[in-house]
Amino acid sequence: MTDRARSATRSGGDPRQAETHCPYCALQCGMVLRETGDRVEVLPRQFPTNRGGLCQKGWTAAELLDHPDRLTTPLVRDPATGELRPATWAAALDRIAAGIRAVQTGYGRDAVAVFGGGGLTNEKAYALGKFARVALRTRHIDYNGRWCMSSAAAAGIRAFGVDRGLPFPLADLGRAETLLLVGANPAETMPPLMRHLADQRERGGRLIVVDPRVTATARQADLHLQPLPGTDLAVANALLHVALTEGLIDRDYVAARTTGFDEVRRTVAGYWPAEVERLSGVPVADLEATARALGTAGSAIILTARGAEQHAKGVDTVSAFVNLALALGLPGRPGSGYGCLTGQGNGQGGREHGQKADQLPGYRKIDDPAAREHVAGVWGVDPDDLPGPGVPAYQLLESLGTPGGPRAMLVFGSNPVVSAPRAARIESRLRGLDLLVVADFLLSETAALADVVLPVAQWAEEDGTMTNLEGRVLRRRALREPPPGVRSDLAVLAELADRLDAPASFPTDPAEVFTELRRASAGGVADYAGVSWERIEADEGVFWPCPDPAGPDTPRLFADSFATPDGRARFQPVTHRPAAEPVCTDYPLHFTTGRVLAQYQSGTQTRRVAALRRAAPGGFVELHPDLAARLGVAEGDQVRVASRRGELRAPARLTPTIRPDTVFAPFHWGGAARANSVTSDATDPVSGMPEFKICAVRVEKA
Amino acid sequence: MNVVIVGYGMAGSRLAAELHARDGDLKVVVLGAEPHRAYNRIMLSTLLAGKVAEPDVELAEVAGQGVDVRTGVQVTTIDRDARVVHTDDGDRIPYDHLVLATGSRAIVPPLPGLDPADLPERVVPFRTLDDCRRILAAAEGARSALVLGGGLLGLEAARGLAARGLDVGVVHPVPYLMERQLDPTGAAVLAGTLAGLGVTTHLAVAATRVAADADGVRLDLADGRSLSADLLVISCGVRPDTALAAAAGLAVERGVVVDDQLRTGDPRISAIGDCAQHDGTLTGLVAPAWAQARVLAQALTGEDPAARYRPRPVVTRLKAAGIDLAAMGDPADGPGEELTFADPARGTYARLRIHEERLTAAILLGDNPSVGQVVQLFDRGAPVPADRRALLLGRALGGTAAAPAESPALMPDAATVCQCNDVRKGALVACWRAGARTVDEVVATTRAATGCGGCREAVAGIVDWLSEADSVGATR
Repeated sequence: MTDRARSATRSGGDPRQAETHCPYCALQCGMVLRETGDRVEVLPRQFPTNRGGLCQKGWTAAELLDHPDRLTTPLVRDPATGELRPATWAAALDRIAAGIRAVQTGYGRDAVAVFGGGGLTNEKAYALGKFARVALRTRHIDYNGRWCMSSAAAAGIRAFGVDRGLPFPLADLGRAETLLLVGANPAETMPPLMRHLADQRERGGRLIVVDPRVTATARQADLHLQPLPGTDLAVANALLHVALTEGLIDRDYVAARTTGFDEVRRTVAGYWPAEVERLSGVPVADLEATARALGTAGSAIILTARGAEQHAKGVDTVSAFVNLALALGLPGRPGSGYGCLTGQGNGQGGREHGQKADQLPGYRKIDDPAAREHVAGVWGVDPDDLPGPGVPAYQLLESLGTPGGPRAMLVFGSNPVVSAPRAARIESRLRGLDLLVVADFLLSETAALADVVLPVAQWAEEDGTMTNLEGRVLRRRALREPPPGVRSDLAVLAELADRLDAPASFPTDPAEVFTELRRASAGGVADYAGVSWERIEADEGVFWPCPDPAGPDTPRLFADSFATPDGRARFQPVTHRPAAEPVCTDYPLHFTTGRVLAQYQSGTQTRRVAALRRAAPGGFVELHPDLAARLGVAEGDQVRVASRRGELRAPARLTPTIRPDTVFAPFHWGGAARANSVTSDATDPVSGMPEFKICAVRVEKA
Repeated sequence: MNVVIVGYGMAGSRLAAELHARDGDLKVVVLGAEPHRAYNRIMLSTLLAGKVAEPDVELAEVAGQGVDVRTGVQVTTIDRDARVVHTDDGDRIPYDHLVLATGSRAIVPPLPGLDPADLPERVVPFRTLDDCRRILAAAEGARSALVLGGGLLGLEAARGLAARGLDVGVVHPVPYLMERQLDPTGAAVLAGTLAGLGVTTHLAVAATRVAADADGVRLDLADGRSLSADLLVISCGVRPDTALAAAAGLAVERGVVVDDQLRTGDPRISAIGDCAQHDGTLTGLVAPAWAQARVLAQALTGEDPAARYRPRPVVTRLKAAGIDLAAMGDPADGPGEELTFADPARGTYARLRIHEERLTAAILLGDNPSVGQVVQLFDRGAPVPADRRALLLGRALGGTAAAPAESPALMPDAATVCQCNDVRKGALVACWRAGARTVDEVVATTRAATGCGGCREAVAGIVDWLSEADSVGATR
């Protein structure tokens, strides 16, 4: 199970070292891992995204390699005691294969589901999608990226015909005269990105931040708009309204490069600033100042992130900001544009190569006959044997164990017990499965529920590629072998495919998988055909699409045309609608969730790093002092946040940086402080994105 | 079910859109008397100011897919027995449900020289898109204009014409502007602001006569003065257009009387928008008209047969270049505490009334950073901040970061210098004591400033301070 390519790519000599990237977020900071004796040291590396910076998560990433909690043997649940017990790989894999066959025999192929993650390498994401379609022949595969990127992805496809988080290199941010960040808090979520913003400020650029909280990022802004949660769409429409009334529209661009503006123009006529001020609380003067700053700048960039996207109207909200960008003529203009800040390490690549319910590698649609034909050809199977589209992540999890829903699930690189909305319900759905398999390197809350847990390799033990938030394909390089007893995800899939008599081969060498991925993606929207590991190494990454090994890659999209049939970007008329769950007498406060600097995602990894635990030891509830006074809550008091779906308990943290009508909790913790016990399971009708960012709650002293 | 909407203004077009958005089994006919598609009345003052063109004020249209929009068609009578409306082009249109959204008409005051049926060319009310066109035509080459009426719309027209470079005079019979929304102090501040924008106000004086010809207009005032200008805009309020309803025998007071479900006495006929009178009140504003459209759509499509219209408190907003006014409730009257701030020289004035921790009224004029917060608190009836100053100063009191300590010496050891890597001042000092002597050495050891890099100057400051403290110690 050794990765064949690894010794070839690692720099030689002693101490051993590897030039790789951080295991965590989509910034994929460049770093060097150096192993001296039994110690692995992290050193920051100059790379165009992080420019030598690392946050505390990155610096401490290697601590998990030899962590005492590391899983090094498969675990199988003992039917007699109900406990997870160590088992051999053969016994664990046999158990899984038998379980899958039993479920398939009893309930059909769609009764087995696969749940992936946005942290998996391109090779693993690709292999997982292929495994679901070819070895399991189930339509049910989706992944946690659904909760991360899906709204921006759908809006991007709607407008531009393609979804690449940033259609330009990150360094362009530093040259934007005006930069608008909507629901993004990179100062905490991806700190080294702020180096580009510092660059921007030094050049005299303006930073405008839209966020209901005065975040670390908002504090650095020239102007901060602090809307009521769930009103970003209306704010965007009002900005476009002002741009119209102030004559800031780029009429030539709109005429030459877009379609559908008239309908949008008429729609935003109904969003005059005073009305949106009343709805959002953003003063008219600030709306006007923002529209002017964007509309009069020589270059301007609009970025959205989870704050704008994690709503039941997330796609429309992103579309509203895309409309604004298009009306101002930004996309495709050098130094300008619209982009989305991807969250997870391989959130971008993870959604391009087949983990999504409706997609095949290369960002192909699974219901497109030509796409099926092409991919089936690469896989050596009959296109008719490929399943059709499945359902988005939350709908998939919600259906587990219910009549007609899957009865077995394989989870790779995800922890939905903590990260899924309405988590208590999802937890009970997982418990109701006939077979739950989790591949992870730590015993996550989800793994703890599994029938079989498979210990897999960590980032520093594997080779492969990741695609960062810029659409830049990067090399992840192994520093060393996994510990004894641990296998790679690719090896796990190959073993299972073998036991399930899959009609296609599942190589375990990531280089070989990547070669296959290139063929499978060729001709697709996300075309990797011309990307090779060697080229990535030579060029500080390769931007897709890159169809030809001898041809150029694409750092900037849309210079001449958009990826739509007529080459024009498409305006999308969108209207505000209230949050799925409005506040009421019983649940009078808005609840919103987010991140803290020292933790990542569901915290399975970062909560086990001592320095990060010291910096962010547990969940908390952020309250405005005025609200706390009315509730009789003092700093540090345990409070109970209850919604119609569940409750969380955590200490109160009082701060004037939040609106008095809104409370906030970070989502990195399970147990009593689990924020997702409270969140809403309303989802966007287009993207399937859950409404993590707003629901109605009651807060009491616990 | 056939729904016929009479009127294709902001209320009628919104109702058509709301019905269309809900997949009911409805056929909708909209009959608009004006010849053009629905437009946004709110933007007419912007059109007047020349900042947008006519196509920019059009509203979204929902023609097709079960919605039949006919413009330039006047409804002449309603036959309630036959459930049919008759139009001026001889058509008979049957309905299962009829909605009156006929809006309102500008009031032309009974002055000698003003015949509402035959206004002189240079005298124009400010109400419709056609009015707007006529004003713009008259303003072509004009140097001066008069506006009769110092209410919200009159001032919007005045501001728009001033923005075109005209000298504008506003004549208002009451001693102060916008007397329904403002108090005398606030109105005086507003008048000062308007003066700076080229708008002169003539207060507490009635107009007595209008004389107009092809070249200009003369307005005689009760105090004996006469004002001359190239055009006269009339903005003396509006009157609901209730003629059809009255002729059909429906209850009409100032407007068509409707209940919480927007129904008239005939369960098959509703009224919404400016022409409707709900709970004794005419709204005359767009937001309530749209709220009514939503309620009626919910009822007619069966989405929520129990939907009821609940009026929200009115917020008056005047926002144009150089003017920022928000008014709500009556701040001069009522129980509770009062908060004021005035800086007339800079055109800023704020007066707020708070009762039982809720904002009951406010006037905010000029640069008030709290305006968004105040409007929302009033709108939602949410509790006001414990520190009332936040209502005047907005977030200035709230979210800003603590100012950095002037000197590293005053900074406690536990103070976090580098957020990204959770490095406290104490750790930097310890690093220095352990032998690091340059910023780079301190950074390499503590990892401070290696994340976003924003604290590098602070780290350098601490290193400087430590090195100075050491050298002072060495010379002693």
